[in-house]
Amino acid sequence: MEQYTNRKFIILGIILLISLIISVRLFIIQVVMDYTGESESNILRKEVVYPHRGLIFDRNGELLVGNKFSYDLKIAPYELEVFDTTLLCELLNVDRETLIRRIQNVLKHPDERYNPIIKQLSDSTYGKLQERMYDFHGFYFSRRTLREYKREIASHLLGYVGEVDAGVIRRDRYYESGDYYGVSGVEYSYEKHLRGKKGCRYLQIDAKGREQGSYKEGRRDTAAQKGRDLYLTIDADLQAYGEKLMDGYRGSIVAIEPSTGEVLAYISAPSYDPSLLVGRQRETNYFNLAKDTLKPLYNYAIQAQYPPGSTFKPVNGLVALQEKVLTTRTTIYCDLGYYYTRYKKVRCHDHISPLNITHSVQHSCNAFFCHTYKLLLEDKKYSSTAKAYTNWRRLLMEFGLGDKLGIDLPYEKGGLIPDTTYYDNIYGSGHWRAATVISLAIGQGEILLTPLQMANMAATIANRGYYYTPHVVKRIAGVNQIDKPFTVPHQTDIDSANFIPIIDGMELAVNEFHGTAYWVRHPDFIICGKTGTAQNPHGKEHSVFMAFAPKDDPRIAISVYVEHGEYGARYAAPIASLMIEKYLTDSISDNWTRKNMEERMLNGNLLYSE
Amino acid sequence: MKRQDNLIANIDWTVVAIYLVLTVFGWLNVYAVTASREVFFGVGSASPAFMQLVWIGISLVVVFVIFLLDSRFFSFMAYPLYGFFMFLLMLVLLIGTAKHGAKSWIVMGPVSLQPSEFAKLASMLAVARFMSAYNYKMSRFRDLVITFALIGFPALLVLAQPDFGSFLVFMAFLLVLYREGLSGWVLIVVGGFALLFLTTLIVQHHNMHYILLISLGTIALIVYTILARKPIVLLIISAISGILVVLIQFFVEYDILKLEKDQIVWITLLVVSLIALIYGIKEKKREIFMIVGFLAFAVIFTYSVVMVFKKLPDHHQDRINIMLGLIPEDNDKGYNVEQSMIAIGSGQFIGKGFLQGTQTEGRFVPEQPTDFIFTSVGEQFGFLGSFGLVALYTLLLVRLVIIAERQRSRFSRIVGYGVVSVLLFHLAVNISMTIGIFPTIGIPLPFLSYGGSSFLAFTMMLFILIRLDASRKTYLV
Repeated sequence: MEQYTNRKFIILGIILLISLIISVRLFIIQVVMDYTGESESNILRKEVVYPHRGLIFDRNGELLVGNKFSYDLKIAPYELEVFDTTLLCELLNVDRETLIRRIQNVLKHPDERYNPIIKQLSDSTYGKLQERMYDFHGFYFSRRTLREYKREIASHLLGYVGEVDAGVIRRDRYYESGDYYGVSGVEYSYEKHLRGKKGCRYLQIDAKGREQGSYKEGRRDTAAQKGRDLYLTIDADLQAYGEKLMDGYRGSIVAIEPSTGEVLAYISAPSYDPSLLVGRQRETNYFNLAKDTLKPLYNYAIQAQYPPGSTFKPVNGLVALQEKVLTTRTTIYCDLGYYYTRYKKVRCHDHISPLNITHSVQHSCNAFFCHTYKLLLEDKKYSSTAKAYTNWRRLLMEFGLGDKLGIDLPYEKGGLIPDTTYYDNIYGSGHWRAATVISLAIGQGEILLTPLQMANMAATIANRGYYYTPHVVKRIAGVNQIDKPFTVPHQTDIDSANFIPIIDGMELAVNEFHGTAYWVRHPDFIICGKTGTAQNPHGKEHSVFMAFAPKDDPRIAISVYVEHGEYGARYAAPIASLMIEKYLTDSISDNWTRKNMEERMLNGNLLYSE
Repeated sequence: MKRQDNLIANIDWTVVAIYLVLTVFGWLNVYAVTASREVFFGVGSASPAFMQLVWIGISLVVVFVIFLLDSRFFSFMAYPLYGFFMFLLMLVLLIGTAKHGAKSWIVMGPVSLQPSEFAKLASMLAVARFMSAYNYKMSRFRDLVITFALIGFPALLVLAQPDFGSFLVFMAFLLVLYREGLSGWVLIVVGGFALLFLTTLIVQHHNMHYILLISLGTIALIVYTILARKPIVLLIISAISGILVVLIQFFVEYDILKLEKDQIVWITLLVVSLIALIYGIKEKKREIFMIVGFLAFAVIFTYSVVMVFKKLPDHHQDRINIMLGLIPEDNDKGYNVEQSMIAIGSGQFIGKGFLQGTQTEGRFVPEQPTDFIFTSVGEQFGFLGSFGLVALYTLLLVRLVIIAERQRSRFSRIVGYGVVSVLLFHLAVNISMTIGIFPTIGIPLPFLSYGGSSFLAFTMMLFILIRLDASRKTYLV
C-alpha cells in the first residue's frame, strides 16, 4: 500500500517549484522593475467612444437622417470630491434631492452599468457647464449622437432609435447598457450596418481630474468605426407629396418600381413627425403617440390587412385565363348582378352587357367574375372543389399574396388567403362549393391583403408575370450588393400573353369614357388601373385603387387604400393618379382638371373632426 | 469529556493559526479595496466588507459543527453529499442566475450561493470514499473509470455553465491520483493534451493550423530520434518532408492542385508516417507504431477541438477567445492584467501601507475584491507582504502534505491530498494570473478573495481535514 510514499517528495517539489517561480516573478516586478512612475501618472479613466450611426439618404442621395451631438453628464466614482451642489443644481436645473439620489445610484454600481447623472443635456446647459467643469472633480461628459431628421417624412419606414433594454443585451453581446439601437423600421432591420462599432479610449487624469492625454500613446485605444450609410429606394419628394395627399385620411400608399422591386413611396397615414422620437422627450412623446386615438404609430402599409375589393379581379381573371376556363372572347351576361344560387344574387351596377374579360375589368362587372370564379372552382380538371381551390390559391400565392413578402422592414403581416382547411373547419370537408365562397371572386369575404401586397400585385401585372421582392434599401455604403432575396425575380405561373387582355382592361378602366376611373386619366401617359370598393361592415366602404404606368414601359406600380373613402374612384384613384404624375413628370400639370383634383384630395378630410 | 480533550489536543494548531492569519489578512484587503465606496454609504449591510464578515462568522459556526460531528461522518456522508451537490449543479444550469456570463449562482433572497465551490469538496470526499474501499485497485480498469467519472461528471457540469476556471480546478485531482499510484505518464500525457488543447484554440483563431501540425510532426521525429538513437533518421525524414512540401507547393503554384497550407502539411505527415510504418513493419520496431499512433491521435485531437469549438454558440466562442486573450478589440482582460501588474509592481519592497494604495480601491480592476485581490496585497504590503503571503501559503501546503502523509486511513490521506491539490491549483493559477504569467482565468484566491461560497467551501475543506486528522489515532476509517 505504501509503495508510492516517495511520490510525496515529487508533490512537495511541485509546491516549492511553483512558490519559487511566483516569488521570483514578484521580486522582479516589485523590486527589480520600477512601476512607481507608471502608477503615479496612471489615474485612468476608460471611456467608450460612441460611433456615428450611418446616415440615411433617399434614392437620389438626399440626406434624410443625420446625426447631432448630445452630451451625457457622468461621474467617475473614485475621483469624486466635495463640490458645490447648489451651483451644480442651478446649472443643471434639477433639484438637490434628485441630484444626490442619482449620484448615489451610480456609486452603488460603480462598475456595472452605463449610468449617467443627466442624459442628453441641451446645448446651452452643456455650454454653461463646460465652462465651470474645473469646479467639479470627477464629473465629465460622454458624447453621444442622436438622430436628426432633415425632413418630416417617412417616419414608419425609417423607424426610430432607442436605448437597449436587458433583452437586447442578452441577445447580442455587442450591446452594453446605455447603448442605442434601432427599434423599428430600417433602423431596426439594418441595425448591424448602421450601428458601426464602438471604440474605447483610456485617458490619464491628474489628481485634479483634468485630462492629461491618452494612456500609453493610445496603444490600448480602439477607434470607433462609423456606421454604414444607407441609400433608400424611396424618392423623398414623392414620399413627401404622398404624405401631404394622405393627410386627413387613414390608409396607405405604396409605390413600387416594377423592374426592380424598389419601393418608391411608403406612406402610412395618419403619420407623425419622426423628430418626436428623439432624445429626452422620446419616451413622453412615444407614450402620447401610443395613446393617440388616431393611432399614428400603426404601420398601415405592411400591418393593415384589408379586403382588396374589386382590385382583386384582375388576378382572378388571370388565373381563369391560365386555367383556360374561358377565352378572351367569352362573354357573360350581367343583369344588374349575378345569381350564384337560385335566390342569392351578387349585385352589379348598370353597364353594357354582355361583356368579355377585358371590358369586365374595365367596367368591374361582378357577374362576370363571379361566374368565372364558379367556372374555376367547378373545373372538371380537378376532382373536387377543394382541389380546384387549392390550385387557385397556389397561383395567387405566386403573386406574393397570402404570406409575408419579406420586405426589409420588421413586423410585416402576411394577409390572408384561406387554405381549404379553413373552410373545412367552418363548413365541414366537402360541404362547401363555389357558391359558398363566391365573394372571393370580387375580393371580398375572408381574403385580406396588405397595401404592400396590393402594390406588389400591380407590379407583377405591370411586369407581365414576375416581381422582385419589394425592398426599401437600394444600396449600403461599403457593401457591394443588397441582400440576395431582393435581386432574384419571382416568376408566376401565368403566361405573359394572358396579361394582355387584363392590362387592356385596366387601361380602359382609366382611359375610356365608360371606365370606372375615367376622371383620373392623364393625357401624357397611359395609366392602367383598377378601382375597388371594399365592403366594410363598420362604416362607409373603403376606397381602393391599384395601378401602374406607363402602360408599355411601367416605371411605377402603386396601391392606394383610403379607409371609408366610399368608392375606389372617389379618393384612392385620384391620389394614385397624382402620385404617378408626380413621379413621372416631377410636378402636377397646370390644367384645371389636375389642379382641381389635387386640391380636392389635399383638402379632403375623413379623419379629423372639424 | 475525555474524547473532547483528546480532540482539542490533537488539532493541528499550526494549520488553524495560518488559517486565521489568512482570513484576517484577507478581510483587511477586501476592506481596503472596497473602502472608498463606504465613504458614500457608511459601513452598511450592503458593503462587501460587512458581507464578508458575515460569511466569516457563518464559516466559524460551520467549523464548530464540523468538530461536533464524528470523524466517520464525512466518509459515511460522502456519497449523499456528492449526490446532493451534483443535483445542485444540474439545478443551477436550469434556474441559476448568470454573473459575468456564467450561469453559476443560485440566488435565494439576499443570499447567493455558488454550488460549484462546494462541488469540489463533495467530489473530493466521494473520490476518497471510493478509492479507500478495501478492494479498490487503480490498476483495475473498472475502478479507474469510475474514479475518473466521479471527477469528470461535476467538471463537465461546471463547464456547461460555462465556468472554465472551476472546470480546470477539477484537473487538480490528478495530483491526488498520482499520489495514490496513477502512472506519472498519465500526468504528462494529460498535461500535454491540455497544452495541445489550448494551443489548438489559439492557433485556429489565427488560422495557422499548419504550424501546429508541423510542430507535432517535429516532436514525433525528435522523440523517435532520441528513442532510436539514430541522428541520421532526423536528416533523412527532414529531407523527405522538405522535398514533398516543395513538390506539392509546386503543384499548388501552378493551379494543378488546390490545397490549403495545412492540407499540404497534412499530406506530408501522412506520407512520411506511411513510410515510417512500412519501415516499422519491415524492421519490427514497435516504438514506430507507438509514435505514429500518438501523432495520428494528436492530429485528430486538434481537428476535433477545432470542430467542436466552431459548433459552439457564438457567445461561448467569444468567452473562450476572450479568456485566451484572443479577441483584440476586447482589451479589458489584457488591460486588467496590465493594471494588476502595475498595482503590484508599484508596491515595491515594503509597500505603500495599509489603505494607502492608489491603484487599488477597485479603481482599475473591476474584479478586484474577488479574483484580483492579490493586487491589493502587492500594492499595500509590497514584496515583503506578497512574498510573506506566498510563503505562508507554501507553509500551509507543506504542512498539509505532512498531515496527509501521517494519516493511517487511506480516506483521510486522499482527502488531505485533495485539499492540497485544490488549494495549490487555486493559488498558483490566481497569483500567476495577477502577475502576468498565466492567462486570465477567474478563480478565487483561497481565504482571501471576496465571496461567501468560496470562503465557506475552502474553510470546510480545510477543517474537515483537520477534524479527520484530530482523530487519526482513534479510528481507522
